[in-house]
Amino acid sequence: MIGLNHYLVISVLLFSLGLLGVLLRRNLLIVYMSLELMLNAANLALAAFSKYNQQLDGQILVFFIVTVAAAEVAVGLALMVALFRLRQTVRVDELNAMKL
Amino acid sequence: MLCPTRRELSARLSIGAVVAAFWLSFLLWFAADLKQHGATETAFQWFSVDNLVVAFGLRLDRLSELMLLVVTGVAGAIHIYSYSYMAEDRDVPRYFASLSLFTFAMLGIVLANNFVLMFVFWELVGLSSYLLIGFWFERPAAADAGKKAFLANRIGDTGFLLGIILLWSATGSVHFGTIQQLLHEQPKLLGEMSTIIGLLIFCGAVGKSAQFPLHVWLPDAMEGPTPVSALIHAATMVAAGIFMLCRVFFVFLAEPSMPLMLAGLSGISALDVIAAIGMITALLAALMAVQQNDIKRILAYSTLSQLGLMVLAVGCRGPLPAMFHLTTHAFFKALLFLGAGAVIHAMHHEQDIWRMGGLGRKMPVTAAVFLAATLALCGLPPFSGFYSKDAILACVLKQNMVLFLAAVATSVLTAFYMFRLVFVAFAGKPRTSEAGHAHEAPALMLYPMLFLVVPSVLAGFWSVEPYLEPLFSAHAATAVKPWYEQLLAPFDEPLAAFAGLGAAGFGIFAAATLYLGAREDSLPSRWGAFARVLRNRFYIDEIYRVCITLGLDAVAAILDFFDRWILAGVIVRGLHGTVELTGRILRLFQTGNLHTYGFMFGLGVIITLWLALMR
Repeated sequence: MIGLNHYLVISVLLFSLGLLGVLLRRNLLIVYMSLELMLNAANLALAAFSKYNQQLDGQILVFFIVTVAAAEVAVGLALMVALFRLRQTVRVDELNAMKL
Repeated sequence: MLCPTRRELSARLSIGAVVAAFWLSFLLWFAADLKQHGATETAFQWFSVDNLVVAFGLRLDRLSELMLLVVTGVAGAIHIYSYSYMAEDRDVPRYFASLSLFTFAMLGIVLANNFVLMFVFWELVGLSSYLLIGFWFERPAAADAGKKAFLANRIGDTGFLLGIILLWSATGSVHFGTIQQLLHEQPKLLGEMSTIIGLLIFCGAVGKSAQFPLHVWLPDAMEGPTPVSALIHAATMVAAGIFMLCRVFFVFLAEPSMPLMLAGLSGISALDVIAAIGMITALLAALMAVQQNDIKRILAYSTLSQLGLMVLAVGCRGPLPAMFHLTTHAFFKALLFLGAGAVIHAMHHEQDIWRMGGLGRKMPVTAAVFLAATLALCGLPPFSGFYSKDAILACVLKQNMVLFLAAVATSVLTAFYMFRLVFVAFAGKPRTSEAGHAHEAPALMLYPMLFLVVPSVLAGFWSVEPYLEPLFSAHAATAVKPWYEQLLAPFDEPLAAFAGLGAAGFGIFAAATLYLGAREDSLPSRWGAFARVLRNRFYIDEIYRVCITLGLDAVAAILDFFDRWILAGVIVRGLHGTVELTGRILRLFQTGNLHTYGFMFGLGVIITLWLALMR
């Protein structure tokens, strides 16, 4: 029988993978994808709780998160395209112009 | 003032105004119906703050009436004299504007009916004296003398202002009549501050009337034009202090008492201090005058000494003799200065008496009026000075024998240094070619002097005391005597009269033996170091310079330390250093690397969660 804990473990694993990706990968696109992974790990946890508690609140929240994430991806990708046009790179370690 | 380019017009305007004022006060003296205690007051409210109500009020009683006559009379003579004396100066309009402002301010003091208004005019007198002493401001000595006079006065005025404020806080009024009434009804109204108030108000007089220890400005004020010295010494500036003491004499009559802190001094009343200061000033200044060689400086120290006598009289509960002497002194001291001005004019601005000599034959009229004024100053009958000085001596004799002896000693010295001046400058043979070619002063300078001779000689016949007495005591004891009785009145008090006469005679005799026909001053060789101390004015200026320098240096050093180490060091640099150090440390976190920021962010979230959930 698959219980709540299984969902939560998967969610934690996904979240950790996403975090590691954000912290370790150099390519901004990959970092972005890892961020989405973290968001969806949270979504998974919310959906699992919603099912387990027999309440719809969590699933409604998931819809909101998915919507916001879609908007955010649109803005983020646009920024990245603009950035690439300006600097010819999307590598994180090369984007350090703010450093004194 | 109105027309800086037209010298004639400005001079005539000032002279006309002052002479008109003199005639008006003369008419007023005859016409005004001044009841014995009475005072006519006109006032409109000037401003009121909370319960401080200040009126722009004028008070006319016998005291101000007398001063009006003296001030406008002397100032009028001096204005006319200046017309001739200053004719060659290139800044005549400025001179007359300041001179008239001076006279106006003095008249304001005389007529004010409350402390605040009096203080305003008091400051105006200080300002115009600054303008006039430093009139020839191109000369550094004149500019410095102006500053010195202003600063010395400022010290005194600060005390005066504090006294006024204390008096107001104790009585709730600044109006002379009201305060006098209140103090008359409740002598203990001022409480424990009464002596302090008296002393603080006296401070103002110490500054204006150049009493020890603030006397140092007056001799330096000789840097101004000679008519200005005459005005300062006779009618306006220094007279203001004495007049003020007499005007507010009721304050000193309040029950003396000290605050607990100073209980050890409770036996001393303000009047005792005033008498002591007067005595010190009179004696010191007379001693200093003995060894001066500058004709104007001798007169300046003589003024100091006479003012000391007046203050002494006030201190001995005798405002009447003080006012009497103030009146006669105003006339003959103005005359002396105008005479000295004529001499200086004739000698082409030579002021050293040892470079004069034989002037009596060259300028007989000047010499005659100078001699008359000198006799008046020395206190020989029937000249006016005898009567007023005798009044002071008699008043002091009633109070204290020591003070009396000091006053007599002052009289001896007065006669001595004045006749030293007369013998050296006017008698004998000319010592220099300038003295040989001296000429009599022009008519416009002679007439004012001749005008002043009359009151200098005759003012003693009309005794001021019975005229003013109703103002100071409820029952007027002294009857007004006809002039021929007044002539001999001093001899009712034979000790004082003969002491004064003897003192003058002795002084003149000593001066005659030492200086009649002398070629040079023999005192320095006879007295040695003492004469040098006298010549250098007891080194008081030097002592002040050293004390003030040391004091200011100490204060400056402390302030410098505070500024350099506390303000600039700890506060400014400390703040700057802390901020910079914090900034440097925080900068280490700004790597510009997204991974680091992400890691920090994650770490922060973990720590926050741990704090929120595990605790």
